[in-house]
Amino acid sequence: MGNKQTIFTAQQLDAYQDCTYFTRKEILRLFYRYRDLAPQLVPLDYTNHPDVKLPYELIGSMPELKDNPFRQRIAEVFSEDGEGNMTLDDFLDMFSVLSEMAPRDLKAYYAFKIYDFNDDDFICKSDLEKTLNKLTRNELTEDEVRMVCEKVIDEADLDNDGRLSLEDFQHMIVRAPDFLSTFHIRI
Amino acid sequence: MAHNVNFNLNDLHMDAVLESPVDEEVVHDSFNQLIAEQSQDEGQYDAFELQQLQRDLDEEGRDDVAYLSSPGYDFEDQNEDWDSDERLTDPLVDERWSSDTLKILSSMPSRTIGRSRGAIISQYYNRTLQLRRRRQSRPSIRDFSRSARPSILGYGIETDSCTYAIDAKVSKKEQLVNNLRNLAVGDRVRMLREMPLSMSDKSDLRKSVLDRETQIKSSKRVTCCSDLKICVLSAVRRGWYSWLSFLHSLHLWQVALKRVGGRFGTGVLSYFVFLKTLLFFNLFLFLVTGTFLVLPQAVHSPVSPTENRTFKGLELVTGAGYFSDTVMYYGYYCNDTLRMSGRNDARGHIMANGTKPDCVWNNLSYNMPLAYFFTIGMALFFTCIILVYSMSKSFGQSFRIDKSQSILAMKVFCSWDFRVVRESSVKLMSDNICTQIKELLAEVKQGDTSTTVCQKLWRMMVHGVAWTICIAATIGSVFAIYYFSDYIHQDLQQLSRNRNANRNPLLDEAKLLALPVVVSLINMLLPGLFNLVAWMEEYDSPSTYTYISLSRNLMLKVSVLGILCYHWLGRVAADPQSIGLTCWESFVGQELYRFLLMDFIFTALDSLFGEFLWRLFSEKVLKRRRKPEFDIARNVLELIYGQTLAWVGVLFTPLLPAVQIIKLWLLFYIKMGSVMINCQAPRKPYRVSQMTTIFITLLCFPSFLGASVCVTYTMWSITPSSSCGPFRGLKTMIQAGKHLMEKLEKDNPKLSVLARAHAFLVENPLFLFVGAGIFLIVIYFHSQVVDGQRTIISLLQRQIENEGEDKKFLITSLQSIHENKRTQSRRPRRQDSNC
Repeated sequence: MGNKQTIFTAQQLDAYQDCTYFTRKEILRLFYRYRDLAPQLVPLDYTNHPDVKLPYELIGSMPELKDNPFRQRIAEVFSEDGEGNMTLDDFLDMFSVLSEMAPRDLKAYYAFKIYDFNDDDFICKSDLEKTLNKLTRNELTEDEVRMVCEKVIDEADLDNDGRLSLEDFQHMIVRAPDFLSTFHIRI
Repeated sequence: MAHNVNFNLNDLHMDAVLESPVDEEVVHDSFNQLIAEQSQDEGQYDAFELQQLQRDLDEEGRDDVAYLSSPGYDFEDQNEDWDSDERLTDPLVDERWSSDTLKILSSMPSRTIGRSRGAIISQYYNRTLQLRRRRQSRPSIRDFSRSARPSILGYGIETDSCTYAIDAKVSKKEQLVNNLRNLAVGDRVRMLREMPLSMSDKSDLRKSVLDRETQIKSSKRVTCCSDLKICVLSAVRRGWYSWLSFLHSLHLWQVALKRVGGRFGTGVLSYFVFLKTLLFFNLFLFLVTGTFLVLPQAVHSPVSPTENRTFKGLELVTGAGYFSDTVMYYGYYCNDTLRMSGRNDARGHIMANGTKPDCVWNNLSYNMPLAYFFTIGMALFFTCIILVYSMSKSFGQSFRIDKSQSILAMKVFCSWDFRVVRESSVKLMSDNICTQIKELLAEVKQGDTSTTVCQKLWRMMVHGVAWTICIAATIGSVFAIYYFSDYIHQDLQQLSRNRNANRNPLLDEAKLLALPVVVSLINMLLPGLFNLVAWMEEYDSPSTYTYISLSRNLMLKVSVLGILCYHWLGRVAADPQSIGLTCWESFVGQELYRFLLMDFIFTALDSLFGEFLWRLFSEKVLKRRRKPEFDIARNVLELIYGQTLAWVGVLFTPLLPAVQIIKLWLLFYIKMGSVMINCQAPRKPYRVSQMTTIFITLLCFPSFLGASVCVTYTMWSITPSSSCGPFRGLKTMIQAGKHLMEKLEKDNPKLSVLARAHAFLVENPLFLFVGAGIFLIVIYFHSQVVDGQRTIISLLQRQIENEGEDKKFLITSLQSIHENKRTQSRRPRRQDSNC
């Protein structure tokens, strides 16, 4: 556990360790992955908190995210500015939530935000339609999409307001044990 | 007749946007826009109307509205303007609400949860409060709801020693910081990690907590003890983190697993993860037996026997020959205490007729029979505990208390596997999900597929025929093994009788391989037959098919293992002299080694050639565009079969776990290569966590239980050989323990109580019955608790629906009042107001 690295101060590393589900080595490895996306933009010295943001195009070109239809939403949800441009903090946060050790509630919260395309804190019919189209690459017909949306809201909406709130979503996720294993990106 | 409601419109109007029980630092965008648009349209009308409304209400006074709270309140005859039931059942969003209603709607607590930072901070304040209360073991407040709604601060004053009293001026954030500071470090870290805030917010919180801590520490006089405690705790935590880092760097096959998961998804990955788990079980077993059995015996090897064997290549496959007198098998082990002596006494090397112990060593004494007995027992016991623990953990994760109604919703939200990385696999997954959704829709549309009686009968007949074929095939193969093993046994008996006849020793040893080859062939071919039979059947759902195929394969493997155990323990062990064996345990150990090896060779051949050839066949001859699928269930069952053999064999061959480790290691790479080249991900929906639970359960129940029953039976009832092994001369292996007790009693009469207690507990079957009875009672109790929880869940669901109805009612009545007042104010004022 030698302090041979000069990228972060010891306090910074401790803070990262306490706030994410990663160990020191993993944090450093993630830093190098972040830096590999744009070596000329990311300095090797983070001790004075440089304000570096990588644009969404670089994040979206990572091999883990490149073919994921939800990559734009994922980047938007975890980025500070909501546009998908991520700082190192956002990057670490994202992979920490998507890692194996994050608990179900935390993942459900972020999954809800990812599927909420219009950011109104509810998953309404239009959000569902967009989700379905991304899932099936627009292979379903309009009729089928409409029927699926209706059925989903019917099944999952507990307080009958026509849209899924965070509680409805979490209530449904509790009954889906596969969620923990599928909502996981290994880096 | 006005039904006056107690809406305190005065307050509501003024603080509509700001009033909420939480600190909102971010206001809704969407609702704000709506309100802005509305206010632009309607201009000043609303303001004027509301003022009038206020005045009216103030004049009319406030009534008691208790009757309005019940959902059964029948207000249809109160208001003629009320449209109909349709309004009640329509979702709230479709209505055209006025701006005031919208303002109120936007500031409802349920619409502010979970997004704004303030709401999250408030929610986590409550959770940390609850955690503190629990940790300080104060009587907890039973009805403290854990919902996401920020709760009302009515739960009493914090009796902290600090100065942060619950005060309206102190913000929620500071209270949260205070709570975090008062938690234990582990809890604090866990809470911090679980908060759905951004990293910068979390590190701010953490920094505030640490700053506050240093502040308080510097202001208080800290005793040296607590300072030391803090130092020790932080050092321990650092050590723990570095240990975790080290463990993580040791993670086996990380890159390979990631590649497989990225290409084939979570289903196929679960097979490889299961393989890794088995590897760790065997590693544990190997370490235990290696340290306590193999190492002491290998270091102090007994006198070499008269026969001098040379190493021929065949030993690797048969396990006999050169290997039979090595530390690998049971026969090599000493039956007395190993003592390390200063001088190498020559008299220790005189071989007597098995009565004189031939291993005399130094002053360090090591009782070999006891060590053997306890090592095997403890190793199996700890394996059992680890298995049961992982089984219960996996079961807890995958168990659903109520029948899931939201199948389609779960399919939409939980079926996308974020792990999949390759473009072709992603496309495949999209296609799969599309197909599954279409199938589910078709099911929903049709409702019950109306099958005629004729069709049902036909299907049952087909199922009956299929099951008959499978059971007949299984019984046939069992009989085949029985008669073949009998034939081999008689052959060996003949061989031992005609010792003078001219024969080839190599051929004799190679003949020993016949039975393993036959068994492995059966294991390989019969599942193919089952697949063929299942092809002609028709199933309701793909999961039914998976379970049925799993149970058929399981039936086959259990019967095969059963007949083999009978052959070894019932035939070979009962009369070892007839086949000329001086040491039947070593022979059985060698048999197990051969079985394990044959199993590995056949699996490897099957992967390398079978899957490869099948792929070529399906591409060229059947002209299918898709590669064959990787049959996860069948491969996992083969792993379980191999592991059962390893567990049965530990007693006879302490080095068998090492063989199993090598086998699993090689199998990993072979299977990985084969999967990458020849296969594709399964098309049917594969419920990973459920299947993983089933596999762990199968590993625990038929597999481990069967193996331990076998081992226990051997130790309890079968006579060990009289001329080899650590238990020679005893009637059963268990007697080693009894002898120790007797010796203890003889040497120390004071410990007779212990000996008598041991005799009572271990030898009295009543104890076992009572223990089993207690277990059954505990299980029954827990199942009753689960039933009760199910009832509670359905009650709570109904309550939520009622609350939803209430909410709709209140909002629509608010809107109706507003509409009424507006129409009233617009029309010229009349004396008779309509309600």
